[in-house]
Amino acid sequence: MRQGERTWVFPTPPVIVSTGTVVGPDEGAGPLAADFDLVHPDLEIGQPSWEKAERALMEQASDIAASKAGLAKGQIQYYVGGDLLNQIISSTFAARTFGAPYLGVFGACSTSMESLAIASLIVASGAGDCAMAGTSSHNCTAEKQFRYPTEYGSQKPPTAQYTVTGAGAAIVARHGDGPRVTAATIGKIVDLGIKDPFNMGAAMAPAAVDTIQGHLQDMGREPGDYDLIVTGDLAGVGHPIAADLLQRNGVPMERTTFRDCGLMIYDVAKQKVQAGGSGCACSAVVAYGHLLKRMKQGELKRILVVATGSLLSPLSYQQGETIPCIAHAVSIEA
Amino acid sequence: MQYLWAFLVGGGICLIGQLLFDVAKLTPAHTMALLVVAGAVADGLGLYEPLIKFAGAGATVPITSFGNALVHGALSELKRDGWIGVITGIFEVTSAGISAAIIFSFLAALVVKPKG
Repeated sequence: MRQGERTWVFPTPPVIVSTGTVVGPDEGAGPLAADFDLVHPDLEIGQPSWEKAERALMEQASDIAASKAGLAKGQIQYYVGGDLLNQIISSTFAARTFGAPYLGVFGACSTSMESLAIASLIVASGAGDCAMAGTSSHNCTAEKQFRYPTEYGSQKPPTAQYTVTGAGAAIVARHGDGPRVTAATIGKIVDLGIKDPFNMGAAMAPAAVDTIQGHLQDMGREPGDYDLIVTGDLAGVGHPIAADLLQRNGVPMERTTFRDCGLMIYDVAKQKVQAGGSGCACSAVVAYGHLLKRMKQGELKRILVVATGSLLSPLSYQQGETIPCIAHAVSIEA
Repeated sequence: MQYLWAFLVGGGICLIGQLLFDVAKLTPAHTMALLVVAGAVADGLGLYEPLIKFAGAGATVPITSFGNALVHGALSELKRDGWIGVITGIFEVTSAGISAAIIFSFLAALVVKPKG
C-alpha cells in the first residue's frame, strides 16, 4: 500500500458513495452555488452563536451525505473529522449528535483531504466497510479564532483571505458506485518563515509544491496524468507563487489544469473576499460538491486535490513564531 | 485655513497609523498603543499643546490626543497636589472619554447581542 516515500496507493480503491455540502450566503452568491446541496441565506443558520451555527452546518452536511447514500446513521462505522476551532469543537459536537465511532483530526484547512485520506485508509485496510470524512468552517468563528471578532471591524489587507462558511462530508465505502480514491500523499511541515496571518496563501504555497512534487515522484507520474490538480486555499497571492515555484523546479504544470478552490468558490473580482476563499470547508465543498459532480458528468477522469493548511495558533502568532504549513494530496478517479 | 491644517495634521497622524499597519505589519493593538505613547511623549516634551493650537480637531480627534490628555492631567495635578497628583490626575482629563466608552458600550449591549 505504501509507495515511495509517503504515498498510500489503495489496491482496492474505496468508493466515494455520497457527499453532502452545505454553504452560507457568500458561497451561495459565488459561481459554484448550483453544485452545493444546501445554501443558507444567512450566517446565523437559526443558531444563537457562530459556533453553534458551524456545528449545525457540519451536522447538516453529514445528514445529507448519509441520506443520499441511503444509510442510516448507525451504518456509518467511523467518522473522521476536524475543523479550525479550539479543540475541534465543531466536529466533536457534531460527532456527539451523529453517534458513530469518531476520530478527531486537525490539519487546519488541509483537514478536508487529511480526513478523506484517513477514512479511505480505514476502508482500504479492511478496518471498516464504510467511513465518513467531514470538515467545516464558518467565517465568523474563524475570524474570532485566528484574527479579530467580526464586530470589531478590523481592517484586512488585500493579501488576507475570506473564510468559507460551510461544511462538506464524504462517505467512502468498499463497494458502491462513484469516484474512487486511488492514492493519498501525506504532507510534511514546510515553514519558510512567514509570520503574517493575513498572508496565509504565501505561507502555504511551498507546502503545496512539496506535496505535489512528492506525490508525482512517489507515483512515477507527471502533471499531464491528471485532468486537474487543484490546491485547497492558496487564493490570489499563494496560487501564483505555487505555480512559479513548480515552474522553477521544472514540473511541467502546463500539461494539466492547475487551479485553486479558494479562487473557484467566489467571484474574486466582484465579491469582497480579498485574495479569495480559505478555511476547511473551502476545499471540502469545492471538491465534494463541484469537482465530484464534474467527475460524474464525465468531464474529469482523474484529479488530484491538494488541501493546504496553516498550522498556526493565536498563541504561536502572538509570541512571534512563524507559520508551519502542510498540504495533503488525494487522487480521485472516476 | 484652520480646516485645512486640521485635515492635514489629522490625516497625517492617520497616515502614520496606516503605515504602521501595512508596512511595519503591526497589529491594531500595537498600533494604537504606539500612537497613545507617542502622544504622551510629545506632551511631555511640550509639543502636543502647540499642535492642538495649530491644527485643532486635527490633533485632538486622533488617538494620540489620548496619550496627550493622560500626561496633561497628571502634570497639572502634580503642580496642584504634589506627587500624588500624578496618580489622581491621569484620568482627570480623559475621564469623559472613558466614561462615555463604558456607558455607550452598556447601552449598545442592551439593544444588540454581540456574537463576537
